[in-house]
Amino acid sequence: MAFFKVFGSLVKDSLRVTTHGSRHYHIWMAFLTFIMLVGMYCYSIQIEHGLSVTGMTDRVSWGLYISNFTFLVGVAAAAVMLVLPTYVLKDVDFKQAVLIGEGLAVAALLMCLAFVVADMGGPAVLWHMIPGIGVFNFPNSMLTWDVIALNGYLFINITIPLYILVMHYQGKTPNPKIYIPGVFISVFWAVGIHLVTAFLYQGLQARPFWNNALLGPRFLASAFAAGPALIILVLAIIRNFTKFVIEDKTIKKIGMVVAVAAQINLIMLASELFKEFYAPTHHSESAYYLFFGLEGKTALLPWIWTAIPLNILATVLLTFHKLRNNLNILYFSCLILFIAIWIEKGFGLIVPGFIPGPWGKIAEYTPTGIEIGVTLGIWAMGAFIFTILAKTSIKIESGELRFRGKK
Amino acid sequence: MSKENKKWFSLNLGSGKSSQKCGCGNEKGSCSSENKPQEHKDGFQQVFDVQMSRRTAFKKLTASLMIGAGAVSTSCSMFSGDESKEKAQIDWEEQFKGNYKLMSDEEKEATVNRLVRSYELRTGKTISMSSTNANENVLFGYAFNISKCQGYMDCVNACVEENNQDRSTQMQYIRIHEMEDGKGFNFNEADDNYYHEVPAAGHFYMGTQCFHCDNPPCVDVCPVQATWREEDGLVVIDYDWCVGCRYCMAACPYDGRRFNWKTPEVPEEEINKNQHYLGNRLRKKGVMEKCTFCVQRSRAGKNPACVEACPTGARIFGNLLDPESEIRWVLENKKVFRLKEDLGTEPKFWYFMD
Repeated sequence: MAFFKVFGSLVKDSLRVTTHGSRHYHIWMAFLTFIMLVGMYCYSIQIEHGLSVTGMTDRVSWGLYISNFTFLVGVAAAAVMLVLPTYVLKDVDFKQAVLIGEGLAVAALLMCLAFVVADMGGPAVLWHMIPGIGVFNFPNSMLTWDVIALNGYLFINITIPLYILVMHYQGKTPNPKIYIPGVFISVFWAVGIHLVTAFLYQGLQARPFWNNALLGPRFLASAFAAGPALIILVLAIIRNFTKFVIEDKTIKKIGMVVAVAAQINLIMLASELFKEFYAPTHHSESAYYLFFGLEGKTALLPWIWTAIPLNILATVLLTFHKLRNNLNILYFSCLILFIAIWIEKGFGLIVPGFIPGPWGKIAEYTPTGIEIGVTLGIWAMGAFIFTILAKTSIKIESGELRFRGKK
Repeated sequence: MSKENKKWFSLNLGSGKSSQKCGCGNEKGSCSSENKPQEHKDGFQQVFDVQMSRRTAFKKLTASLMIGAGAVSTSCSMFSGDESKEKAQIDWEEQFKGNYKLMSDEEKEATVNRLVRSYELRTGKTISMSSTNANENVLFGYAFNISKCQGYMDCVNACVEENNQDRSTQMQYIRIHEMEDGKGFNFNEADDNYYHEVPAAGHFYMGTQCFHCDNPPCVDVCPVQATWREEDGLVVIDYDWCVGCRYCMAACPYDGRRFNWKTPEVPEEEINKNQHYLGNRLRKKGVMEKCTFCVQRSRAGKNPACVEACPTGARIFGNLLDPESEIRWVLENKKVFRLKEDLGTEPKFWYFMD
């Protein structure tokens, strides 16, 4: 009972904290709310008319939603790169960042779930997937594995930080015996969610572009580059706008993680490109479409040729210690790396899987305004959730917010 | 679907209504919604074929999202009539029924009866719907004679009419690929969307559809087992159980599956009222559908509509377990082959030449 009392008070306090703030904060939240409302309006149109309001067709049947879903699973998984050193290797430098990282994972996972639901033809019958009431095709369908992986990871990433925050909120020290096992599970689980998501595509013999043993490992490498890159950017913003102390050392250490992951990612990209273009087969057509276009259809060219140079530039900048340790250059590299991987892991991965189609048909895909509206709405939702989580945990961690149960 | 997808068949279909807007100018819904016996105040996404106005559609969906709250209120209401109460009752039971694959024969019959009654309540017309199970000692197979096909597309016409496919997006299960002589089976350069007189000089034709694989990748990936392989080899879908994730579509190497991106529209007078639960009954938006070898016909001992409609005799269908069947004769006497056999899907659809 005592826990619920503390928790109730925490919720009340956090409600107070999150509804008060500077003018910048209010503008930011109002902006996000507006985007979310636009997204909801777009979604209501989609509910009414069906997925025909999106750019998807029988030829390219997954688009922007599934692309963003795939990318965000990676962002969520990246929290592990902070969790691992902090709790397992006892590297104190990351302690400040780890709660932020976990908050980011929670927000990213909720966005993932929202994107999947937005992509469903029948969101009203999603209960068919609930084990017990519905029919859960486990272990045959990789999608059911993904459902378990994502929801489990969400659970872990909510409970561990919640426990730590509740303890700090009461001015107590969290008991490592309680949370360390959870941390260990979360480390493996994070690798799991991304690998399982890769297997979702990798296991389809119908789509040679995805049916490729490197897909899973490459998912991991790009995730561990893009996720911590986003965390660095977020930490930079938090440092700028709040009194929360994050040392340069912490940011630089995360920068090191990003650099290594980006290098590995680039090596794998080179390996993939070599395989596709040195001795091109019938199965290399999707890659040809992505990089050079097929039969005059070139919709993805501007995107991929933005992504590749940005990716290389960021990796080069991050590789040199001198450049990486200059915070401004670090932030810039992280930003362009994030964008590059969003393109490459998003529709640079999903859309070419469908082009050319099983019988060689090349039908292109362009997202519609409604689809983009829903997508932006979901991103705004993620940012909104993250802001609330981060604001509360920062207040607790900096000692401003404390439980005053027994007066 | 793209606008240029103007298919040969649309010329032959009825009075060509499929490509025309109706007179009332209401593009989204349908003018026929005014003629319905009564407004329904409740309902679910169980849309059946009823073409609705936007308002009704939205109402239905909201109710569905609230998991039947609308139905409860209506069925408990003192003011609504017996018919709307019955309708609400049916909607309620349909919304929460289980997966057809796991139903007992009684449950299958019950849901079919509900669907027939619901259609009657909504439109005043009777349909016949079957829930016939697979017959024993039957395994359906299909053979396609490449030498004979001239690309007339009568099979496509017959398929669309038989299976109540959406006319507004011109959904077709069958694709006929027009290939150039001397280039072999070059699907990449083939045209599966031609609109000219056939047979075109210097070309040959090859049809694809769902191959009803013995080891279907689409079945494994479905997260809710809404699609499965029946005992007689047909790969079918429970339209009411499908959640619309389209994973099966990504998994199919043969382009055999179609999705209802919007509410399907079939003009009332063109609806084929001889239906099967797993076959040509009317679909709703947001679910998958596909060729079922016309389960409503094949399980009744008839040939699928495409086989019957083919003017050249290029299509052969039958029971693979019957040594006397034509399909067995073809398999034993012709040099048959299948497409993308290397994927291990074991299609039950063979090609051969004279």
